Amino acid sequence: MTMHTLLKQVLAMALLAATGLAATAAPLTLKDDRGRTLTLAAPPQRVISLLPSLTESVCALGGCARLVGTDRYSNSPAEVLALPKLGGIDDAQVERIVALKPDVVLAATSARIIERLEQLGVHVVVVESKTHADVQRSLATIAQLLGTPERAAPVWARIQREMAEAAARVPARVRGQRVYFEVDASPYAAGSSSFIGETLTRLGLGNIVTPELGPFPKLNPEYVLKAQPDMLIGAQRNVAEMPARPGWAALRAVQGGRSCGFDPASYEVLIRPGPRMGEAALQLAGCVAGLPEPR
Amino acid sequence: MNGLALRLRRRLVVAMLVLTALLLVAGLAAGSEGWSLPSLWGPDAALIVGQIRAPRTLGAWLVGVLLGLAGAVAQGLFRNPLADPYLLGAASGATLAVVLGLAAQALAGHYISLGTADLLSRAGLVLGAFVGALGGVLLTLLLSRGAQHTTRLLLAGVVVGVVLGAASDLVTTVAPDALRGKQWFMLGSTSFLGWDSVLLLGAGALVCVPLAWRLARALDALTLGIDSALSLGLDLSKLRLVLVVVLALATGLAVAQSGLIAFVGLVAPHLVRRFAPSAQGYLLVVSALMGGTLLLAADVLARLLIAPQELPVGVLTALLGGGYLLWLLHRRGIE
Repeated sequence: MTMHTLLKQVLAMALLAATGLAATAAPLTLKDDRGRTLTLAAPPQRVISLLPSLTESVCALGGCARLVGTDRYSNSPAEVLALPKLGGIDDAQVERIVALKPDVVLAATSARIIERLEQLGVHVVVVESKTHADVQRSLATIAQLLGTPERAAPVWARIQREMAEAAARVPARVRGQRVYFEVDASPYAAGSSSFIGETLTRLGLGNIVTPELGPFPKLNPEYVLKAQPDMLIGAQRNVAEMPARPGWAALRAVQGGRSCGFDPASYEVLIRPGPRMGEAALQLAGCVAGLPEPR
Repeated sequence: MNGLALRLRRRLVVAMLVLTALLLVAGLAAGSEGWSLPSLWGPDAALIVGQIRAPRTLGAWLVGVLLGLAGAVAQGLFRNPLADPYLLGAASGATLAVVLGLAAQALAGHYISLGTADLLSRAGLVLGAFVGALGGVLLTLLLSRGAQHTTRLLLAGVVVGVVLGAASDLVTTVAPDALRGKQWFMLGSTSFLGWDSVLLLGAGALVCVPLAWRLARALDALTLGIDSALSLGLDLSKLRLVLVVVLALATGLAVAQSGLIAFVGLVAPHLVRRFAPSAQGYLLVVSALMGGTLLLAADVLARLLIAPQELPVGVLTALLGGGYLLWLLHRRGIE
C-alpha cells in the first residue's frame, strides 16, 4: 500500500467519523412507554436489547451494528447470534450488562432488572409492544432513540405493504372463515384483540375467540369443539397432536385436514410483535391459501 | 454441659466464620466471566466490584442469615423439624403481590382500576413482595385467631398458602405474561441485590437475631412441652406471637429482596443440630450463620458453574439442600 492511498483512506475515515458525529451529536429527549422522560447527550452508540422483538426492531431500523448484547432468546437477524447473550428479562445478568457499558438498555414490562440497572446509572427505555399500534409506536420510539427518526415510517410502510400483499393472496373462498390460533397447548388461544388476531383480521379471516375474552385467553377445550373452527393454526408440534386430544377428532377442520402447523423457526415469526409481522402475514396467507376446501 | 459439646459448638462457629470470610472474598472475585481477581484493581473496579459484586455477595449472606434464623424459629415454634420459613403464608403472599405487580399493566382497566395498577407499578416488585409476605402471615394469624395454638396456626398457614397460591394462579391465567416472572420469583435470585437491599437486610438482621436470641428461652421451654413451659410461668401466647412476628419480618425481608430461595431455612438448623446439638439460643444464632454461609456458597457457585451464564441460585440451594436431607435420611436408615 502506498503512502498516498493510506493517506486517502485515513482522510476518508476521518471524514466519515466527522459527518457521523455531526449527525448524532444533538442531545436527545424521548418519552418511553412508562411515561418516563429520558435525556441523552447524543443518540446511543452501545445498545442492549432484552427482548427478541426489540432486537429485531433495532436491526430493522438500521441500528444492528450498535447492539452490543441481547437477551438469550434474540436470534434474528443472523447478525445478533454472535452477540453476548445476557440471560432473559427475568434473570438478566446485571454484571455483564454493566460491564458492556451500554448507553441504553431496551426492555419491556415491569421486571426487577429495570430498577437495578437504573440504580447503577444505566439508562433503560421501556417499550411495550402488544398490538399493531404498539409496534408502530415502538418503531417510532426506537428510531427516535437511535437518532434516525426518519427510518420508522419506511419500516412500518413495508410491514403494511406485506400485510396488503398477504391479504391479496388469501383466496375469496377462504375469507371470513373462522380460525383457532393456538399459542399454547394448555390451551391458550390468540384472541381477535391480540396482534396475531389483528393480523388474521387483516387477512380477512375470522376468529373463534371474541375480543371480550382478552388477547390470549385460556380456553376450555370444549369451547374449541363447540366453536367448530374452519381451520386450526399453531406450532407444528401442537397441531400434530390435536387429533389425539379427547374429542378433537370430531373437529371438522381436523377431519378435513385444514390446519397449518408451523415449524419452530416460522412459528417464532408469527408470535413476535415486531418488524417481521408482515412476513408473518405472508406465511399465514401462504398456508391458508393452500388448504383443502371444506366438504 | 460437658466439655466436648462445648468444644464442638465453638469449633462450628469458628469454622463458619472462617468459611464466611473466605466466601466473601470469593464473592468479590467471582464474576460473570468466571474468576477474575485482576478486575479487583481494574478501572471498572468501583462499579463492577463495588456496586455489583460487593452488595450482591453481602446481600446473599444476609438473606441466608435471615432465612436460617427464620427456619430455626419455625422449627422451634412448631416443634417440627420439617417446618420452614414459608409455612405461615409469607411465600404465597409475596408471590401473589409480585404476580399482581407483573400483571398490573395487563389487568388495568379490565380487572383492576387504573389507579390500583398505577399504585402497583409505583410500589415496585420489592416493596410489593414485602407487603405481600407480611400480609400473608397476618392473614394466617387472623384465621388462627392469634398464636395460642400451634396446630391451628399451622393449619391456617397451609390454608392461606393454598388460597393465595390459587389467587396468583388465577391472575396468571388471566395475564399469562406474568407467568415467567412468577417462575423466576419462585426460583429465587440474588443477582439484583444492591447496597439499598444490603442496608435493609442488615437492619432486619440486627433487629431479628437479638430478638430471637432473647426469646430462645421460650423455645427451650416449648421443646420440653407446653405444660412444663406453663409451669415455668412463661406467657406463652405472647412469646409465640413475638416469635411469629420475628419469623414474618425475617422471611418477608429475605423474600422481598431475593424471591423464594428454597431449602436454606429448612436445612440450616438441621446442619447445626447435626454438628453441635445445643439449646435454642445457640441453635437460632448459629442457624442464622449457617444459612448465611450456605446461601453465600450457593451464590458464588451459581455464578461460576456455567459462567458466563448464571444458574438460578434457588436451583442450587434446592439441589444441595435436598441432596443433604436425602443423605441424612439414608444415614439414619442405616444407623
